[in-house]
Amino acid sequence: MRRHGWLRLPFWLTYLFLYAPIVVLVVMSFNRNKSPYSWGGFSLDWYGRLAGNASIRTGLLNTLIVALGSTALSTVLGTLLAVGLARHTRSRLLDALSTLPAILPDLVIAIGLLAFYSAIKLTLGLHSVLIAHTVFGMAFVAAVVRARLGGMDTSLEEASRDLGATPLTTFVKVTLPTLAPGILAGALLAFTLSLDEFVIAFFTAAPSEPTLPIVIYSMVRFGVTPEINALATLLLAVSFTVVIVAQRLTRLTEALR
Amino acid sequence: MTARQPAHVVGKAAGRLATMGPGFGFLTVFLLVPLALVLSYTVFRRGRFGGVVYEPTGENFTRLADPLYLDVVVGSVKLAAITTLLALLLGYPTAYMIARLPARWKVVALVAVVLPFWTNFLIRTYAWIVLLNSEGPVNSGLKALGLGPVELLYTDGAIVAGLLYAYLPLMILPLYSAVERLDPQLREASANLGARPARTFWSVTLPLSLPGVLTGCVFVFVPSLGNFVIPELLGGGRRIMVGNLVRDQFLKARDWPFGSVLALAVIAVLVLLLFAQAWAARRAGRGA
Repeated sequence: MRRHGWLRLPFWLTYLFLYAPIVVLVVMSFNRNKSPYSWGGFSLDWYGRLAGNASIRTGLLNTLIVALGSTALSTVLGTLLAVGLARHTRSRLLDALSTLPAILPDLVIAIGLLAFYSAIKLTLGLHSVLIAHTVFGMAFVAAVVRARLGGMDTSLEEASRDLGATPLTTFVKVTLPTLAPGILAGALLAFTLSLDEFVIAFFTAAPSEPTLPIVIYSMVRFGVTPEINALATLLLAVSFTVVIVAQRLTRLTEALR
Repeated sequence: MTARQPAHVVGKAAGRLATMGPGFGFLTVFLLVPLALVLSYTVFRRGRFGGVVYEPTGENFTRLADPLYLDVVVGSVKLAAITTLLALLLGYPTAYMIARLPARWKVVALVAVVLPFWTNFLIRTYAWIVLLNSEGPVNSGLKALGLGPVELLYTDGAIVAGLLYAYLPLMILPLYSAVERLDPQLREASANLGARPARTFWSVTLPLSLPGVLTGCVFVFVPSLGNFVIPELLGGGRRIMVGNLVRDQFLKARDWPFGSVLALAVIAVLVLLLFAQAWAARRAGRGA
């Protein structure tokens, strides 16, 4: 390690850069002062204000509906797709198509869907965001499940078939249970991505039914308000918990194997 | 035997359809058709009140050469390139250090890189409005040193800081997996043959990790180029990037054909970079 002494500076600089803004937001969320730049003592006022903010509550509800719906759809479509790609084809074109939504810039997917919805005269609403989020959610689920399939022992499936099980029985009783940790991880990924997604939702949501990121965007555009600090701290706490729990879960399942 | 074969073939096709049918059906309707639609818009005229009139024209493409728009494109490429370079300069040593940590700390260091990435993108951007404000912590520090206040917010520098903050983890992760895979014996061999550490880095470590470098660059450059939120919030609307232009053409000016041409330009850059990445990966694979 001593040989890489000079590497320590950029290393610690990276972590300082990543965490300083977060620390500032969290500290300021407990600040009594309205100005976010001077300390006026500890207070939970901004959390109270936040709880009373109706537009944030609606946004949160809309976001949860979209995230749960698109995660359910993404998990089913993505898992089937992963199994099909790993077991039933060698086509590199189909392979590339399945990862396309994860590679394309969100803005491109957003304008494509806006143009498409307008061409088929679909009224925008939570359903149009849900479909849009499934487009990329499915790609991420498929990628995670395929990684799991790659390391999977096929002899179990063969044994099931040799013992006379139909392909459907084999899929439900052997393939799916083995894939379960991968499917769970993929679903979790699709859920968090949907919760956080702004650009595609901005293009495909109805103005009357904004998701939480859209609500945050309109708040931030008006400038600095301490309520956002409180919201940021709460969202940070949620994402940190989810990431750490997911980390523990994967380590647990790995230990159990 | 012969009687079973057709059933087997039918079973195979049924399995294919049952597994991949729904997913690719969905992707065809909600991704390929929309992309084809946008692509087709590039050669048609805009409607007077938005929408598209299906009369072929080439003027959407010639408009791209208009200095007004060309400046936006060149300026965005410049800012995205600076962001990518800074991410590489900060990310490479970081990834290299993480790869050399003991296993236990490796996980902690990697999770710590990803954690901020899982927090809301708009809030991460908002944090920089607070930090860079004329009365914010950075300027208070500068004032205490007798160097400020300096106007930091609403500058190109603020945009680069925001983009770097948003996408740095996407540089570190592929770099880490590229450096981690390297065989330490190669470096030892190089050292044993008398190469100084710098020479070993330039002739062994860097060329072998080049695919990771390029993957990271694509992951940072492409979303930086298409971002419209950060230039708006941290640039104060003074600097317009390609992303802002596309957004405005679709949601404000309602000139969908020209917006489609701009989006196509972003995709073209992406495709070009992906080809460069694939080429480097093949070359590094042959060299190893």
